[in-house]
Amino acid sequence: MSSEAVKAPRRHYLNESYSARSWLLTTDHKRIGILYLLSITFFFIIGGLAATIVRLELMTPEGDLVQAETYNKLFTLHGVAMVFLFLVPSIPAVLGNFLIPLMVGARDMAFPKLNLASWYVFSIAGLFVLYVTFAGGVDTGWTFYAPYSSTYSNTHVMATGLGVFVAGFSSIMTAINIIVTVHKMRAPGLTWHRMPLFVWSLYATSLIIILGTPVLAITILLIAAERAFQVGIFDPRLGGDPVLFQHLFWFYSHPAVYIMILPGMGVVSEIISCFSRKRPFGYTFIAYSSLAIAVFGFLVWGHHMFVSGQSVYAGLVFSLLSFSVAIPSAVKVFNWTATLYKGSISFETPMLYALGFIGLFTLGGLTGMYVATLAVDVHVHDTYFVIAHFHYIMVGGMVMAYLGGIHYWWPKMTGRMYPEGWARFSAILIFVGFNLTFFPQYILGYLGMPRRYHVYPEEFQVLNVMSSAGASILAIGYFFPLTYLLWSLKYGKEAPSNPWKATGLEWQTGSPPPAHNFHGQPVVKHEAYDYEALVPQEEPQPEREEVKVG
Amino acid sequence: MASTESAVAFQFDDLEQQQQSAELGMWVFLATEVLFFGGLFLVYAIYHFMYPDTFHEASKHTNVVLGTVNTVVLMTSGLLMALAVHAAHDGKRNQLIWMLIGTTVLGLVFLGIKGIEYYDKYHHHLLPLFGWPFEWEGHSPGAATIFFSLYVVMTGLHAIHMIIGIGILLVLLVGAYRGGLLRERSTPVHIFGLYWHFVDIVWVFLFPLLYLIG
Amino acid sequence: MNTEIQFQPEQASTLAPRVDALYYYLTGVSVFMTLLIATLIVFFAIRYRRGNKVDRSPLDLRYQKWMEVIWIAVPLVIVLSFFGWGAWLYLEQARPPLGALEIQVTGKQWMWKFQHPQGNSEINDLHVPVGRPIKLTMISEDVIHSMYFPAFRVKHDVLPGRYTGLWFEATRTGQYHLFCAEYCGAGHAVMKGTVTVMEPSDYEAWLSGRVPDQTPVEAGKALFEEMRCASCHQGGGTQGRGPSLVNLFGKEVRLKDGRTVIANEEYLRESILTPAAKVVVGYEPIMPTFQGQISEEGVRDLIAYIKSLAESAPTGEEP
Repeated sequence: MSSEAVKAPRRHYLNESYSARSWLLTTDHKRIGILYLLSITFFFIIGGLAATIVRLELMTPEGDLVQAETYNKLFTLHGVAMVFLFLVPSIPAVLGNFLIPLMVGARDMAFPKLNLASWYVFSIAGLFVLYVTFAGGVDTGWTFYAPYSSTYSNTHVMATGLGVFVAGFSSIMTAINIIVTVHKMRAPGLTWHRMPLFVWSLYATSLIIILGTPVLAITILLIAAERAFQVGIFDPRLGGDPVLFQHLFWFYSHPAVYIMILPGMGVVSEIISCFSRKRPFGYTFIAYSSLAIAVFGFLVWGHHMFVSGQSVYAGLVFSLLSFSVAIPSAVKVFNWTATLYKGSISFETPMLYALGFIGLFTLGGLTGMYVATLAVDVHVHDTYFVIAHFHYIMVGGMVMAYLGGIHYWWPKMTGRMYPEGWARFSAILIFVGFNLTFFPQYILGYLGMPRRYHVYPEEFQVLNVMSSAGASILAIGYFFPLTYLLWSLKYGKEAPSNPWKATGLEWQTGSPPPAHNFHGQPVVKHEAYDYEALVPQEEPQPEREEVKVG
Repeated sequence: MASTESAVAFQFDDLEQQQQSAELGMWVFLATEVLFFGGLFLVYAIYHFMYPDTFHEASKHTNVVLGTVNTVVLMTSGLLMALAVHAAHDGKRNQLIWMLIGTTVLGLVFLGIKGIEYYDKYHHHLLPLFGWPFEWEGHSPGAATIFFSLYVVMTGLHAIHMIIGIGILLVLLVGAYRGGLLRERSTPVHIFGLYWHFVDIVWVFLFPLLYLIG
Repeated sequence: MNTEIQFQPEQASTLAPRVDALYYYLTGVSVFMTLLIATLIVFFAIRYRRGNKVDRSPLDLRYQKWMEVIWIAVPLVIVLSFFGWGAWLYLEQARPPLGALEIQVTGKQWMWKFQHPQGNSEINDLHVPVGRPIKLTMISEDVIHSMYFPAFRVKHDVLPGRYTGLWFEATRTGQYHLFCAEYCGAGHAVMKGTVTVMEPSDYEAWLSGRVPDQTPVEAGKALFEEMRCASCHQGGGTQGRGPSLVNLFGKEVRLKDGRTVIANEEYLRESILTPAAKVVVGYEPIMPTFQGQISEEGVRDLIAYIKSLAESAPTGEEP
């Protein structure tokens, strides 16, 4: 294959053009994925800085680092940045945008210009949040409950609300693209039941985005109307109902957590399968469990409101339904574990992240049982127990899955391998730091330490110090991938098309892929994850008319 | 004159895939709009249930005549838009342009009448905005405030959608004038038609809930 | 820094050990599941490590289907047990027993006011007798707060515009935390206090030792006179412009629009603040609103007074 003559460097989507214009006006889904990667990494750092100051303050029971008002703005910034500007877009807008056309064998997403527009819309949303931060912050918490947010807070509630509203649009645009691409642009032979599980999970995520985000949008609009126009929809002095706000807010924000975790589950399915050299156990069950989670996720919002004043009967119904949504998640965990059985397992970095995900998601999901249990939730609601629960899922789960996915597809996106030794070390450091940070918070919560407290009774100090110490390790852990991934762009080993010898259409083209993804039209003739039939992969030949997929 | 570029964008295999994708995309977007307005309608429904008498009383203060006129205006604009879509499909440039103009004009008439209604409400101190004086002789001024707040937010949001629609209509007019948007390039007109009809349907629900319950 | 770590707060109420028992059950199942998954993963990862020569022939498909069924059905049964136990406890928690000692609570940014029925009021600190059910009726003057007693394992949000409640029966004397558990602005973390549980005799002594303010009934009566409520609500009500309030509390009331409601605290409060919402049959909607003129505490005192009009035998005195 190698020729003696001087070869011109292979053209691909990255070296096609280096101009700023070619990046800022690109409609290539792969470049847009990279643009999103830069943006959300930036907001992850912002949210992380806010958390750093929070955890530093919490090392002592007194409020000696920052004032109460500042502390309240910091935890609000942490929540807003992490939820809306990092977790929600991360996998769909970075990995989804990059991979879905490749995985379904298309040349691009259905609406490339809409895709670019979505990134600009997202950037505008981010700018709003940055503006708010520098203009003095907002102190309502990311949940901005009425009437505090609608009437009493003196901070930049409207600008933040506007930022979140705009971010929602970006989310919807991405979801429209994903749904239409999956429905209309699959390669010949790629039936629904041959699609990678990553695509299934992003499809389910997009359904949730479409149905849930608009309700958040209208809720924000109503709060903004109350603040700007003093209209009185949630104002009890006018006969309005502040609990109605909570219903509207959680109707989106509960499904939102499934928006955040389903893509991570999709990534884990891909990685477990590849590094066990095995088709996922129960492919159909995993695929449909994503849809089940999407549906059930809309029926349980009231479990955030057991002590809010909603009726006892509502509490009973929401508790029962909340347990039902646990079952499809458990199904996934069991199926992933069973995939390992009789597999051929190796422990590259993506696999370490995926295995870590399974463990931490299991723990986080089990503690979800605690908060779904009515009598226990009455005690732990609004305490650090809940904080620990959702950080186990979002950080121990979602962020680990995201990092696993970034490492797994890094060769495809950049044409470079990351340094495996450093990467494995970082994965382990992150796993350890994470547990040290958040496990003590379960205990703190059951002991009764409420959330959003910048000062606390002395007896809570030792657990807080443990948590902050763990956070410092976690922060260092995150610093490593940031560094070595950047380093690899210049100094990393050049990657072959399929460094992991995985199935999937994205691995049947170059690393990085050419601008229009494939040379010729891929045709799918086998089931997904057909590892049994896999012949050792060679580099695909250039200029072939038809790419056969094994 | 019509562009010589292919009517099919590079990511699509053929015209049919492109048209189906555009249509599915618009339907998915309209689903978000249903949920968006739906949330608002839900809030209305809840407060109506809590304060039925005041809501009925307050609804009597809406201008049913102007509201009815506006309903007719919007329905007619919907008809013209449907004719515009037909014209685009059939390649009839002149008809397309006139139908788009007609739809735009009726849209502007709708907004004008809305403006008159809002001014009238302002004049009678029934607009609870910006801390303006709000006068309500009946009982439960709080619930009346909620009714009129919802009135403003619901019709205002609808009006914003109309304004956006008119903006797009102007863009389509420019395209139609240049001879584009015909036959195989008629997809933008087609999917905008879906959006316009949706905005019509929202009004069909808004009108009785706000104007006719009194 | 106190380096001793507890894993749960003290059990100071009748409910606490029962919630803790459910918590231990949840923990037991969780530990078991976690260990199960972790062990399986570690075991498979070692046994099936690439390069190990072991049997990797695929599992029979029939087993696959059965496994799916089992690992859906078994967790379903287990989670239903969590639901059942939690719901049963929750229902008990939601219904205060009859004869509970009622204490009124007002929350505002950033303090708590407690009003004992005997007239004592406290700020941020609450004294209660041990061994007796205590019912808190709570309302906020501004934003949403939440009353939380970790040692009793109870919590409920405190809302503006609406009464909410919680109850507990303390089982151990001592001092325990009370926290605000719903973020409410700058002073959220300092909106806390202490609940002191005392022997009944000590509680009585404490009550009489402190100079009581007026009882709520006395304060309500004074306010009733100050606001001239009697000018409409006088006598037996047959000639008055407003319905009689004697023996009203707890009774059914027929409204002008045909509905029938019970004259409870919520109804009385609404009638004072938004009188036109429910007009009694046979009367005109002429009562003015007292919103803004009477505070939440004033409303509560008036309600206490009106309730007393039902309890006292007719003395011939005009209310």
